[in-house]
Amino acid sequence: MQRFILVRVFQGVITLLILSLAVFLSVHLTGDPALYLLGPDDTQKDYEQLKKNMGLDRPLPLQYVSFLGNIARADFGVSQLRGQPARQLLIERFPATLQLAGAAFLLTVVVGIPLGILSAVKRDSILDTLGKFFAVAGIAAPSFWIAIMLILLFGAILGWLPTFGAGGIDHFILPAFVLSWHSMAGVVRLARSSMLEVLDSEYVKFARIKGLSERTVIYKHALKNGVIPVMTFSGLTLAGLLNGSVVVEVVFAWPGIGRLMLQGINTRDFPIVQATVLTAGAFYIATSLIVDILYAYVNPRIRYD
Amino acid sequence: MAASLNLATGRFDRLLAIPRRAKKAHLPWFPVIIMTTVVICAIFAPLVAPHDPTEISMLDAKLAPGENMSYPLGTDIMGRDMGSRLIYGARTALFISLIALGTGAFVGTVLGLAAGFRAGWVDILIMRAADAALGFPTILVAMIIVTILGAGIGNIILAVALTVWARFARMIRGDVLAIKELDFVTFAKIAGLPTPSIIARHIFPNTINTLMVITSLQIGQVILLEASLSFLGLGLPPGDPAWGIMVSEGRSVILDVWWLALLPGLAITAVVLAFNFFGDWLRDTLDPKLRRI
Repeated sequence: MQRFILVRVFQGVITLLILSLAVFLSVHLTGDPALYLLGPDDTQKDYEQLKKNMGLDRPLPLQYVSFLGNIARADFGVSQLRGQPARQLLIERFPATLQLAGAAFLLTVVVGIPLGILSAVKRDSILDTLGKFFAVAGIAAPSFWIAIMLILLFGAILGWLPTFGAGGIDHFILPAFVLSWHSMAGVVRLARSSMLEVLDSEYVKFARIKGLSERTVIYKHALKNGVIPVMTFSGLTLAGLLNGSVVVEVVFAWPGIGRLMLQGINTRDFPIVQATVLTAGAFYIATSLIVDILYAYVNPRIRYD
Repeated sequence: MAASLNLATGRFDRLLAIPRRAKKAHLPWFPVIIMTTVVICAIFAPLVAPHDPTEISMLDAKLAPGENMSYPLGTDIMGRDMGSRLIYGARTALFISLIALGTGAFVGTVLGLAAGFRAGWVDILIMRAADAALGFPTILVAMIIVTILGAGIGNIILAVALTVWARFARMIRGDVLAIKELDFVTFAKIAGLPTPSIIARHIFPNTINTLMVITSLQIGQVILLEASLSFLGLGLPPGDPAWGIMVSEGRSVILDVWWLALLPGLAITAVVLAFNFFGDWLRDTLDPKLRRI
């Protein structure tokens, strides 16, 4: 187990280094970072001076090392368009992304697992059919489109929910729902099939033969075993939520780092791109690392892969 | 043993058996009809589309579907025909997705064959790279590529290919590890066949089932990814007929011209559903073992 954790942590660090290299090169391959900072009145001499100040006259590997040193201190540079340090923007925006991902995760677990279990218990009922439809649609329909359709329905036509930006609890409902749909679809399917498997097992049959009520059989005997694989899978979806949050943040004008990242790319604001991509990447790698270790802890078979 | 015999004599026989099996296994007609329609629209877009998809006619702007019969699906805010734009959108979606998927499948298969056949550091290197590729959120990868190379079709294709190759490499490697232990491969080695021939003639043909199943299961995901990237403005220039761009154009005028965002979204959903159902069916028909993916 210790060896497994060490190997996974090492892999995580390597992945993070590859990501930082990709980000570093993305700045240096697309042009001269010093040129972006020059004003129209600056001369060749100013340019040389700026290059020297920024350390751009040194060889690339050296620059990469000092770049790593800077990101270790969370110093990503000053946003060219906003004139603020990228770190400050990150501190302002990242909590909103975490809150949204957290709300979506909660929704995935709290709605997805019971829905899947009820689908299995009441097999072929209307609820089961609805659950299946929900799962299939969640995998096939693009989230940006679902988001816009829900804005049209609940925001514009019915006027029940706010559709723009962050605010009270009601601001979370639509974005969190859209963000969670895809992972919820997976959870519903898995919970259903895992529960069906358990309901078909010998010990559940035995409990029925004993004459226990159906309610006791399902909720006292079958449920515990049926839920275990779903719990671990739910953890895995947490990392995936970050992937979807760029689209959801853009559609709902959510003030998180996904939208900041896209704005940074569209305006070629490199400090912002660096800060957001590295933070999102590090968060993603850390989350999947923790989930992997927890998963191996619960399920010893996979440690020996 | 039966399995190894089947593999040894199998080759393309199983491919040829698809029509026979299809009859037995109830070809899913609904997905097939949607897929055929989309493919025909994509190939014959100029013949099928009633209008030029980029022709602007402000006099006919914002016609609702059914309002004017020369524009059966209505027009957008610039008076461009929605129906024709949807048809050309099918072309864009399939073109980008198939090239990206083809590139990813080719690279993934070659690397998967290499990793499976050559154990040791080649295997380790390729599989670690595959882990890294699967470990990154696809949108993040696409954004880094767009930052480096700028927005455009080629870069969307690159971004998608970079994320799909790893799935192919992993599955094909798994297949090769099983196949290379079989007797006919040993015979081929004893007979003195050079390694490239063994791989090309004895191993690769036996991975075709897996290849087809993963491809068909991935098409839907790739179309969705392409649509998301277009929606975010990371792909084609605005105004081009792509479904993701059309939804994005419809977003700001959703109250006024609701069909502008509704129709392309329906098109994406229907096509992805059709490919997913077809992929599930193909997997169950060709190789139920693959149900784990």
